[in-house]
Amino acid sequence: MILAVTPTPTWYLLLAAVLFTIGGVGVLVRRNPLVMFMCIELMLNAVNLSFVSFARALDDPAGQTAVFFVLVVAAAEVVVGLGIIVALLRRKPGATADDVNMLKG
Amino acid sequence: METVVFIVAAVMVIGGALGVVLRPNPVHCALSLVLTLFGIAVLFIAQDANFLAAVQVIVYAGAIVVLFLFVIMLLGVDKVENLEIDELRGQRPLAAALGVAALGLIVITVFAAGGRRITGQHSVSGTLSGGEPDINVLAHSLFSDYVFAFELTSLLLVIAVVATVLLARRPRPRRRPTEDVAERDEVRQ
Repeated sequence: MILAVTPTPTWYLLLAAVLFTIGGVGVLVRRNPLVMFMCIELMLNAVNLSFVSFARALDDPAGQTAVFFVLVVAAAEVVVGLGIIVALLRRKPGATADDVNMLKG
Repeated sequence: METVVFIVAAVMVIGGALGVVLRPNPVHCALSLVLTLFGIAVLFIAQDANFLAAVQVIVYAGAIVVLFLFVIMLLGVDKVENLEIDELRGQRPLAAALGVAALGLIVITVFAAGGRRITGQHSVSGTLSGGEPDINVLAHSLFSDYVFAFELTSLLLVIAVVATVLLARRPRPRRRPTEDVAERDEVRQ
């Protein structure tokens, strides 16, 4: 079997779509806040893959610049989000996503 | 050759993603996330985005996942989640249906666009298929077209670090302002 067909950008976009969907379903289904956060990271990575595919298809570095910014913002978001999760779980160990109203007041 | 790389990396990406969603132990989920991130980095290299692949491995797999593992170990939340219970009734079938619908929507959009992918003005910072390495072109684009956004993201990082230090601080025990000040000064001497 000769794999002579090269991957077109569409293949990468479909892979990114599947990854995005898996991440989205993961956010909806899991209840541990850290695992929900990891599923959000999956979605961000799917978007990064789409950006790089478009940068290559359109021959435009703006796609790669967008990935750069997404990486930086994702890092900042993870830092703040984990701070919130630490504050939450210190109060009540074993909290899940159903207990997030604890930070009220 | 690129097809083989694509298939292997796609298996890594999808396998890692399913591992994150399906494993009950959060530490296993973090390790599956690392597998996905490495698969994405391989796909970046296959698409000539070498600098981004390096940054992805350093920042995502090297810093963000390590942060996740720190927090998991710090808080001791690595006890296994019970995946059998479904708190909201009908949540899982509904999530699966929404996932299939979203995937269908994205796939239809990808195929409906066809070859017409030009959406705006081409960047003036050069092209990726010219002779220059991708990091040069990316730097040209970042520091000329998007320098304002670049400065704002630096500010954002500082704000995020300060905010997290404040959030994760242990609350100090409340001290009554009158008598304890004298006692505290005695103890200090």
